[in-house]
Amino acid sequence: MQIPAPFDYERASDVANALALLERHGPESRIIAGGHSLLPMMKLRLARPEWLIDINDLAELEFIRRDGEELRVGALTRHTALLESADVADLFPIIHDAEQVIADPVVRNRGTIGGSLCQADPAEDLSTVCDVLRAQAVIRGPDGERTVPMSDFHRGPYETAVAQNELLYEVRFAIRPRSGSAYEKVERRVGDWAVVAAGAAVGLAADGTVEEAAIGLTAVGLDGTIPEAEAVLLGQQPHEELFVEAARIAAAACHPVDDQRGPVDYKRHLADELTRRVLRRACARAAGAQEG
Amino acid sequence: MTTVQEHAPNPAAGDPGRPIGFGRLQRKEDPRFVRGKGNYLDDIVLPGMLHGAILRAPVAHARLVSIDTSEALAHPGVRAVITGKDLQALNLAWAPTLSADVQAVLVTDKVRFQGQEVAFVVAEDRYAARDALELIDVEYDMLPPVIDARHALDADAPVIRDDIEGRTDNRIFDWEIGDAAETEAVFAAADVVLTQEVVYPRVHPAPMETCGAVADFDPIDGRLTLYETTQAPHAHRTLYAIVAGIPEHKIRIVSPDIGGGFGNKVGIYPGYVLAVVGSIVTGKPVKWVEDRSENLMSTSFARDYIMQGEIAATKEGKILAVRTSVLADHGAFNATAQPTKTPAGFFSIFTGSYDLKAAYCKVTGVYTNKAPGGVAYACSFRVTEAVYLVERMVDILARKLEMDPAELRLKNFIKPEQFPYANKTGWVYDSGNYEPAMRLSMHMAGYEDLRREQREKRERGELMGIGVSFFTETVGAGPRKHFDIVGLGMADGAELRVHPTGKAVVRISVQSQGQGHETTFAQIVAEELGIPPESIDVVHGDTDQTPFGLGTYGSRSTPVSGGAVALVARKVRDKARFIAAAMLETRPEDLEWEKGRWFVKGDPSAGKTIAEIAFGAHGTVALPDGIDGNLDAEVTYDPPNLTFPFGAYICVVDVDAGTGHVKVRRFIAVDDCGTRINPMIIEGQVHGGLTDGVGMALMEIIAFDEDGNCLSGSFMDYLIPTAMEVPDWETGFTVTPSPHHPIGAKGIGESATVGSPPAIVNAIVDALAPYGVTHMDMPCTPARVWEAMQGRARPPV
Ligand SMILES: Cc1cc2nc3c(=O)[nH]c(=O)nc-3n(C[C@H](O)[C@H](O)[C@H](O)COP(=O)(O)OP(=O)(O)OC[C@H]3O[C@@H](n4cnc5c(N)ncnc54)[C@H](O)[C@@H]3O)c2cc1C
Repeated sequence: MQIPAPFDYERASDVANALALLERHGPESRIIAGGHSLLPMMKLRLARPEWLIDINDLAELEFIRRDGEELRVGALTRHTALLESADVADLFPIIHDAEQVIADPVVRNRGTIGGSLCQADPAEDLSTVCDVLRAQAVIRGPDGERTVPMSDFHRGPYETAVAQNELLYEVRFAIRPRSGSAYEKVERRVGDWAVVAAGAAVGLAADGTVEEAAIGLTAVGLDGTIPEAEAVLLGQQPHEELFVEAARIAAAACHPVDDQRGPVDYKRHLADELTRRVLRRACARAAGAQEG
Repeated sequence: MTTVQEHAPNPAAGDPGRPIGFGRLQRKEDPRFVRGKGNYLDDIVLPGMLHGAILRAPVAHARLVSIDTSEALAHPGVRAVITGKDLQALNLAWAPTLSADVQAVLVTDKVRFQGQEVAFVVAEDRYAARDALELIDVEYDMLPPVIDARHALDADAPVIRDDIEGRTDNRIFDWEIGDAAETEAVFAAADVVLTQEVVYPRVHPAPMETCGAVADFDPIDGRLTLYETTQAPHAHRTLYAIVAGIPEHKIRIVSPDIGGGFGNKVGIYPGYVLAVVGSIVTGKPVKWVEDRSENLMSTSFARDYIMQGEIAATKEGKILAVRTSVLADHGAFNATAQPTKTPAGFFSIFTGSYDLKAAYCKVTGVYTNKAPGGVAYACSFRVTEAVYLVERMVDILARKLEMDPAELRLKNFIKPEQFPYANKTGWVYDSGNYEPAMRLSMHMAGYEDLRREQREKRERGELMGIGVSFFTETVGAGPRKHFDIVGLGMADGAELRVHPTGKAVVRISVQSQGQGHETTFAQIVAEELGIPPESIDVVHGDTDQTPFGLGTYGSRSTPVSGGAVALVARKVRDKARFIAAAMLETRPEDLEWEKGRWFVKGDPSAGKTIAEIAFGAHGTVALPDGIDGNLDAEVTYDPPNLTFPFGAYICVVDVDAGTGHVKVRRFIAVDDCGTRINPMIIEGQVHGGLTDGVGMALMEIIAFDEDGNCLSGSFMDYLIPTAMEVPDWETGFTVTPSPHHPIGAKGIGESATVGSPPAIVNAIVDALAPYGVTHMDMPCTPARVWEAMQGRARPPV
C-alpha cells in the first residue's frame, strides 16, 4: 500500500461543471478518469495534484457512436467497451488488436481512451492507434470546443494539446471503404507495456492500389506516423517487397533507447519485423473488406 | 489441470470424498480465505495503535553526514522520529543476522544499499507517517558502489563493511567440498570435458502480502506481544530475547495468516525491530507494514549465483564428474537464512541424480552494495541453483555428444539398488527410483511424437524446443547434529490433546504461509488415530500456544513437523491401548488396532473407539499405574536424515523467430514426494512452483544500474507470471517412500520451483539449436532470446 501526498477531491456533475472546477482550483487540479495512470503516479509521489476532479459520473462522455462517415468515441469510454464493440472490431480492427494487449481486464474495465491519450505515455498503445487512424481530438475548454488532428495533439512525452483548463471530449475516426488496419505488440509478459509495437492502416483504391497508408510505432521515441515509410506504398499494389522496404524505412526512422525491455538494435529489429507483420495484415484485411 | 493416476480412494473413509486420513480433501482453511475472512497482519488493529514508516536511502553507498528530524517531529500527528543515533543509545543499532554477521537496523555510519533503513517515523496514522518522511533532511557523502560481484574482490574495490574491525576486502567466505585432487584426476582422464558459465540471477520471492509487524509492549509487566509476518515464530522469539534483552518468557510472537512467504519471511527485518522500539518509546502499539517497493528493494532476495560449471564424461555418455566454482553475491550484509555449517546452503547437492566418480565445488561469498538476504524463494537452501547448474550442464553434454537429453539422463541415473546412496559431497540420498519417473513423464509427453514434430517444424524454419530436467531435492533439515540456525537445532515439536468427546487439537511449531498445514497435519493425525480430519484442530503460529520448533521453509514442514505429528499421534494411540485395556478388563497385548479403535484379538465386537477411550481417560475408569488421566502427548522430532524427493519434468516451448518471444506450450511434471498425504494440496504446491519457474525462466530479475539503483522496485518492472504465461499443467507422480520418515513422506513445497527453470531453459536452448545456441542465461525475455539468436547471449545485469 503506497500512499499518495495529501490532495482534495471533487466529483464533477457535467462537462461544464468539470471545466468550472478546473478553472476554480487552478493549475494544481487534475482530471481523473479511470485513474490507472494517474493513481499509480500519485502513490509513488511522482504526481502531486492538489485537487482531483473526478469525471466518472459524466455519462455524456461515455459513448461509441456511428455518425455518418465517422465513428465518435467519448473520452470516458473504457478500454473494455472498445474491446467489446462490434462496430469497432468491424471498422477499425487495429483498435480491437490493440485493446486485446493493453494491460489486463481489471485495468481495461476502468481505464479510458481519454486518459490514455491525455497521459501520452510514449508506450501508450492507443496513441499510436489514433495516429495511424488519423483521428481527430475534440477538446472542450472555457472558450468552447476545438478539433485538433492527432498530429497536433501530441506535444512530446506526457504533453498534449489539451491545456490545463480543458478536457478531451471525444475522439473521431473517419470511416472509409476498402480499408484495413492492424496492430501488433511485443511484451515481456501479458499486461506489460510494449517493448515495441507497430500499427498500420491502409485504404485501397478501387483498382486495389494503396491510396492511403499510415504506419506508427509505439515505445521507440516517435511522435506521429512515418511519412517516408508510408510513401513507399502509395499508388502501389500491396506486396511483400513493399512491406519489407517500408518496414526498413520505419525501423531506420525510430529512436529506441536501451532499457530493461531490450537494447536499441533489438528494438529496431522489432520495429522492422512488426511493421512488416501489420502491413501484411492491414492489407489483407483491406482486400477482404474490398471483396466483402 | 491434467492428472494421471488418480489417488486410490481411501478404503477407511465411509465417504470417499472425505477421507479419514490420507487422500484428497478440500482445505480446512479455505472457507475463511475464499470468504475474505482471513486475518492477515494488516487486519490487526489494537486500541491506540500508532503507525510507523521507514525513511530509506536513495543511494547505494554513501557516508551519512547528518540527519535533521526537527521538521518531521513538528508535523501534525507525529509521535516519534527514531534515528540510528537513538538506537545506538539503546544498543540496538545493529542486530545479528542469521549468518553470523550483523546488519544495521538504522544507518549510523554509512548507507550500504539503496533502500536501506535510515530513520523511523511513528505517527497517529499511516498518512502522517509517510508525509513526515519527506520532512526529514539527510545529507549524504557519496561513495563509489560495488555492484557487479565480479569486481567485489578487485584490489581497488571500496570496502563495504568497514564497520567490521580489520576488514580489508569484500570477501565473506570461501567454502569448498568434495575431493579436488580426485576430481581433477577424473577430469584429466575424461574423453569429454565441457565448461559453461551459468548465472542464476537475483530474483525476489515477491509474496502477495508484504512484510510487516504490530508490536505491543506493555511497560507495566514488561511483556512484548509481537504480531509478525514470519515463517519461524519460535526462532524469532529466541532471537528477540537475545537481541533486545527482553526475557524470552515475556515475549509472545504471533504469526497470523500469512499471504505467501517463499523464504521472504524467515529473517528478522529492521522494520520489525523498529516497530518494537517504536512501541517501547511511545508506550503504544505500533504497526509497520512495508509497501511493494520496499518489499522488492530491501527484503530477502534469492539466488544471485555466478557458477562456472564443468562436466566430464566418456564419449559414450557416461558422466564421470562435475566441478564448479561459484561467486555468490550476498549483498551488503550476510543475512542469508541457512544452517550454520553450510554457508552455501545445500548447494553441494549439485551432483544431481547421477552416479558420479567425483565432484568438487568451491563457493566464494562476497559483499556488494545491494540488499542483503539470499536463500529465500522456495529454493531448499540453494538446491535450486545446484539443480539448475547440473541440469544445464547435462544438456550441454547431450548436445555435444549428439545424444537425446532424456536418454543421457536415463543412462546415468543412480540405480534403485544403490539407495541409500552416498554421493561425492557427503549427502546420503534416502531413497529413489528415478527411471520410472523419467519414463512416465516421457510417456505423458508423448516424447517421441514431440521430437518428430520438432524435426518437421525445423525443416519449415519454426522454432520448437523440448526441455528435460530431472532433479533430486534435499529437504527436511535437521538432523540437529548437522543443522542449526544461530545455534538452534532444526527439530520440531508437536503436542496432541484428545478431548473427552474424541475431538482433538494438535499444536505444531511450523507456520503455514499457504501450504495448507491446517489440513495436512489434521490428516496425519486422522490417519494415525482414525478420527476424521474435521474433528482435529491444528494450532500454529503463536509461540504461547505451540511447542518450540524452527518453522516452515526449505520444504521442511512435512519431513520434520509431519514426522513429529505422526509420532505424537502414535504416542496417543499407544497410551489409548492401555486405557482401552483397562476399560475392557483385558491386557494391552491382547488388543489389536484398526483405524479408530482398539479391539480384543479374536473378538472384534469387543472394542473401544478413540472417543470412548478419551472419555474413559478423563472419566472414572480405574487407570493402570503410570497412566495419567488424559489422552495427550508431546514429542520433539529430530529427523535421522534429510529426505530426497525427486521429479522428471518436460517442457515444450515455441519461440517466435521474428521477435524472440517464448510461449510455454506444455509442461509435464512427474513428482515423487514419497507418501502422498493430500494429493490435492500436493498438486497445488506443484502448480505454484511451476508458475514460479516460468517467472524465473522468462521474466524475473532484480536488476541494478551501475550506480546501484534498483531497477526492479515495482511490479511494473519486476514481472511475475500470470495465468496467461502458463500452460495447462500436466502432473503425474510415482511413490517412493522415505525409509526413515515415520509415514514415508518427503516434502513437496519447493520441488517444482527447483525442477522447472532448467526444463524451461533447456527447452528454449533446444529451440534455438538451429542458431547454434548452446546456452543462455535467465531471464529469457524476448530481447535476450533474440540476442542469443544473434550469437550474443550475455549474462543478465
Ligand atoms: C498495470 C497497468 C498496465 C497497463 N498497461 C498498459 C498497456 O499495456 N498499454 C497501454 O496503452 N496502457 C496501459 N496502461 C494504462 C491504461 O491504459 C490506463 O488506463 C490509461 O493509460 C489511462 O486511462 P485512465 O482513464 O485510467 O486515465 P487517468 O489515470 O484517470 O488519467 C491519466 C491522465 O489523463 C488525464 N485525463 C484523463 N481523462 C481526461 C480527459 N477526458 N481530458 C483531459 N485529461 C484527461 C488525467 O488528468 C491524467 O493526467 C496500463 C495501466 C496499468 C495500471
